[in-house]
Amino acid sequence: MKKEMIYSMDSGFREEFQVVGYRFGGKETEGVEEKSACIIGSMRGNEYQQLYICAMLMNRLTELEEKGAIAGNNRILVIPSLNNVSMNVEKRFWTSDNTDINRQFPGNEQGEPTSRIAAAVMKAVEGYRYGIQFASVYKDGEFISHVRMPETGKESTSLANLFGLPYVMVAKQRSFDSKTLNYNWQIRGTEAFSLYTSNTETVDEAQARQAVSAVLRFLTRMGILRYNCHNGYIASILEEKELVNVKSSSAGFFRKLVHINEEVKRGDVLAEIIDPYLGNTISEIHAPVDGIVFYTSRKPIILQNSIAFQMIKKLHE
Amino acid sequence: MIETIVSVQLPIKEELTIKKNRLTPNEINGCEKRICIVSGLYGDELGGQYICGEVIRRIKANYEHLQGIVDVYPTINSLGLDARSREIPMFDMDYNTVFPGSLDGDLPEYTAAKLIEDMKGADFCIDVHSSNVFLKELPQIRVNDDVSKETLELCRYLNMDLIWIHPSTTVDEGSLAYALNKIGVPTIVTESGTAFRIKYNYCEQVIDGIFCLMKKLGIWTGDVIRPRKAFVVHDDEITYLNCESSGLFVTHCHLYQKVKKGDVIGIITKPIFGSVEEEIIAPTDGFLVTLREHPGVSEGTLVARIFGNQEEHL
Repeated sequence: MKKEMIYSMDSGFREEFQVVGYRFGGKETEGVEEKSACIIGSMRGNEYQQLYICAMLMNRLTELEEKGAIAGNNRILVIPSLNNVSMNVEKRFWTSDNTDINRQFPGNEQGEPTSRIAAAVMKAVEGYRYGIQFASVYKDGEFISHVRMPETGKESTSLANLFGLPYVMVAKQRSFDSKTLNYNWQIRGTEAFSLYTSNTETVDEAQARQAVSAVLRFLTRMGILRYNCHNGYIASILEEKELVNVKSSSAGFFRKLVHINEEVKRGDVLAEIIDPYLGNTISEIHAPVDGIVFYTSRKPIILQNSIAFQMIKKLHE
Repeated sequence: MIETIVSVQLPIKEELTIKKNRLTPNEINGCEKRICIVSGLYGDELGGQYICGEVIRRIKANYEHLQGIVDVYPTINSLGLDARSREIPMFDMDYNTVFPGSLDGDLPEYTAAKLIEDMKGADFCIDVHSSNVFLKELPQIRVNDDVSKETLELCRYLNMDLIWIHPSTTVDEGSLAYALNKIGVPTIVTESGTAFRIKYNYCEQVIDGIFCLMKKLGIWTGDVIRPRKAFVVHDDEITYLNCESSGLFVTHCHLYQKVKKGDVIGIITKPIFGSVEEEIIAPTDGFLVTLREHPGVSEGTLVARIFGNQEEHL
């Protein structure tokens, strides 16, 4: 493993900011290295789970490299964090201007600070055959682990299937997608995947292990690693628009009665909303269709008309 | 008349409402033009609150001159305004990225969809902004280069100093202005001053401009000023000055200041060394249209913009 500096920046008031990468494999003495896979950990200051997964993966890759398990001249680059400074002060976005690095790609070397970071990272990660990002979403809740890809016309669900996670999600492009790393990777020829696990601000060991295994499985199937692992799932391919939003008709305490991955029937009670002063049940949230719970809100309280659950309709365990 | 556009129960015994004040002529014939004046998408932009309030006050004081419908939405991000937060609290989300929204979505998308529903069919919309906490801007309009000739012509009545035309490819498709223009409501964005402050002279300039525009649209018949002639500028006429050091930006310049190529706009200092790390030098002649307000800077921070090589205008 070799450490490399991707970007550094002086700070007016604290120590130097650095984005570092760790390179595995790729024997320079044996000719041209193959830029095989690049893996990005956390981009936001609240992505503890994403950084933790990346740290666990780093640990495994270090062991595997020592055992000579990186095949041929394949090079793997891992960048654990693009934004450790925000994590250190418990801010989600960039400390000094609250911008989101994952809305700055492909970046501008002469631009504002986060745009410069994005530009430097883009330059470092461009040209890899496969790109994997441990991503998070703005909604505070639990998701079934899945691989997500924006619909750019270049996404490959069959490749995404090789992670062996239960679901692969293809999402319609949103207005901000063109500024994300995943999108910019894809349009520059990298097969890019965003890997989502259930948590963001807390660490879930089991989910982290599943994510690490998924990445190692993928790298093995792509011939980058020599590693013997379980085959995982044959994924169900979903389109995001097929998810059914289940909203709460009232506000109050959110008493959740089901969890992600549970199969429910139409009409089942998914949650109760409790009056925050009187303690009585104001309303219930019912499943509008048969299916599997894909997302649940995790907060103890809920707004009226907000999304409490998302369901994969007409799918059975 | 105060109307509620959308209301959502908050978890603990409170309701979020987004309201508008609809001002209509005493007699309505059904053919009136309608203008929407929107502000407070960002919870740190207080200039728009003042502007909306003053527009309503002036109309009420001279109601006989009102010939059209004026819908004023001062406080879109009411939770952000109350929490002194630019974004939507709870979601930490930029409101101006979620339009046109979705009735099936969470609070940001849902309320955005309700707003679009309400504004649909208007003849014109002005989205009033006040920069952010980092930059101060002279009064200006931001429009896309695919804006219609008619809308651009109407911008000239708004009494601004600049009409800045951006390439449409750089415009955020989740913005209110983009979404409204797309459904046929001509919409422009005004920027002036800085966040968390009210720059009264800039606000008065915007307010005068709104009345000039309303007169042009046939919504207002009262006396108005003669609008000032704005410079119409494209991206390539604006020079960005980003610093290459981190520290404290110290400047004694001001907006509108005429600068010559080679002039020092400001310096970046490092307090612990008592050193000057960098001088920010004007690379061109022109005048300052943007200046850093917040003195804390990092490598790459935008500290000024110059509308350059416009000697003939100065």
